[in-house]
Amino acid sequence: MTTTDVAASPAPLDVGRIREDFPILNQRVHGRPLVYLDSAASSQKPERVIEAVSRYYRHDHANVHRGVHALSVRATDAYEEARATVAAHIGAGDASEVVFVRGTTEAINLVASAWGPSALSEGDEILLTKMEHHSNLVPWQLLADRTGAILRFADVTPEGELDLEDLERLLGPRTRMVAVTHVSNTLGVVNPVERIAGLSHDVGALCLVDGAQAAPHLPIDVEELGCDFYAFSGHKMCGPTGIGVLWGRTELLAAMPPYQGGGEMIASVRLEGSTWAAVPHKFEAGTPHIAGAVGLGEAIRYLDDVGLDRIHAHEASLTTYAIERLDAIDGLRIYGPRHGRTGVLSFEYGDIHAHDLATILDHQGIAIRAGHHCNQPLMEHLGVTATARASLYLYNTRDEIDALIDGLRVAAEMFGGVGDAPRA
Amino acid sequence: MSDSESKHAPNRAIPESLSSLYQEVILDHYRRPRNKGPLEGATHSITMNNPLCGDVIELQLEVSGDRIDRARFEGRGCSISQAAASMMTRELEGRSLDEALELAGKFTQLMHGERGLSEDADLGDLRALAGVARFPVRIKCALLGFNCLEELLGAEGAAGPRDPAGGGA
Ligand SMILES: Cc1ncc(COP(=O)(O)O)c(C=O)c1O
Repeated sequence: MTTTDVAASPAPLDVGRIREDFPILNQRVHGRPLVYLDSAASSQKPERVIEAVSRYYRHDHANVHRGVHALSVRATDAYEEARATVAAHIGAGDASEVVFVRGTTEAINLVASAWGPSALSEGDEILLTKMEHHSNLVPWQLLADRTGAILRFADVTPEGELDLEDLERLLGPRTRMVAVTHVSNTLGVVNPVERIAGLSHDVGALCLVDGAQAAPHLPIDVEELGCDFYAFSGHKMCGPTGIGVLWGRTELLAAMPPYQGGGEMIASVRLEGSTWAAVPHKFEAGTPHIAGAVGLGEAIRYLDDVGLDRIHAHEASLTTYAIERLDAIDGLRIYGPRHGRTGVLSFEYGDIHAHDLATILDHQGIAIRAGHHCNQPLMEHLGVTATARASLYLYNTRDEIDALIDGLRVAAEMFGGVGDAPRA
Repeated sequence: MSDSESKHAPNRAIPESLSSLYQEVILDHYRRPRNKGPLEGATHSITMNNPLCGDVIELQLEVSGDRIDRARFEGRGCSISQAAASMMTRELEGRSLDEALELAGKFTQLMHGERGLSEDADLGDLRALAGVARFPVRIKCALLGFNCLEELLGAEGAAGPRDPAGGGA
């Protein structure tokens, strides 16, 4: 048993070498080595991605799908190759199911605006959870306002997991859409989206998955998950900002009206009306973020070369270590489950407010997030207004966790002793 | 895992910039806020929050004629926003409305780095917050309480309290 496990487990990451891939990490902040623990907000970029974007602008740039000249052909090829890379990475049946957008937020808004109005009538229901990021909540609120649809919210257990029974209870004949996050950006919990997609289909509803916090860390196979839409952002997975992905089933995308009108998205235009290009171009009006797509393609190749299974194993062991050390600090409370989670660690430290923690840590070179993490309803549910959040990625080390622990001691000292020093 | 196994030299020296921010008097107001809790007989009341970080201050005043007789607050948030509100309520009592707004103006200037004001006795304990000026992202925390005051008094003019009903108990 044990030997099988060992044999099956991937070779460990050489984090020292990985760190050399990320030039930004090699700097001092407030006189101390930078400890970047805010990758859930946005990850850093490996040299390869920065280089790919730069190379594209230096050698291949022109507008896409418009010119017959060499550069336009190259730019179009680079852009479409990035689409194919994304499609292969997430197990999409066809590259045309991959729509490039600005990020997760735009992907969800696209579905809400293009799918929603014709699919919903008054009294129809959209089922969300109480742990959704504002970007998987507000677009549905806007849609509900427009259509008279009703929003329902599956509960979160005291342990910080999705209450699946409550979700099942809330599914009904009027449920048209179930939109859930794959991984919570506050609790780190991984939701059983495969199960949820199945349950959604049982009642005839569609299932959209917000993969913003999952795609950077887990291998994704949309066909295996069985969902209908999957959304994620490039900038959280080593890619550039301003580029993201909406994956959708061909027949659904084909049936949806355009999201925005303009160039690129038309088949023919007359003054009285136009006909639309085929998917995915129907949803990509205007000149797209070509360099962003090229950078995202390279980011995915980078992650695949390192190996998401190895990244995941590294993060899992680092997360266990971080939880162990944080748990040993008196007065410190971690939110979310102990297992079945990613390295997003939200915590509260006695009566030291998250913003004070973030300021004190920042002055020791340690970057964490403080606040409601665009998760205000969940915060209310947990009974807090703000938490501190340290989030891990492939380039983080045990030494950095130790630096965080030391930094928290400084905070306690500064505040004249909150809780006790950790039992090191 | 013990400290000796950590390659990061444990550096618990408190950086000077931080100690200038977290003065003892600030932490004292944070831990033992003055004038915190509801104000019986309030004539003015307002709640404001900082949508970016979720800090909340509710400010209540009892004003008779032109003078602030009492000021109390409720709130949740970081040490800077809560200590500043606590200090502010102490400095408001007994001032005329004009004097209160003048204090708000001075404190805002202090937050924007007007060093001369850090000696101004009129600001009382609020002077301890002078260090916040070096932390631009925290200035809005320090100003939340005074934003409540300015909103209450500035918007009202001579027309009387905007929210008399919200005041009682
Ligand atoms: C779970 C989740 N959904 C959606 C988003 C929004 O992503 P973006 O800002 O890239 O559109 C985020 C990022 O903060 C997130 O964590």
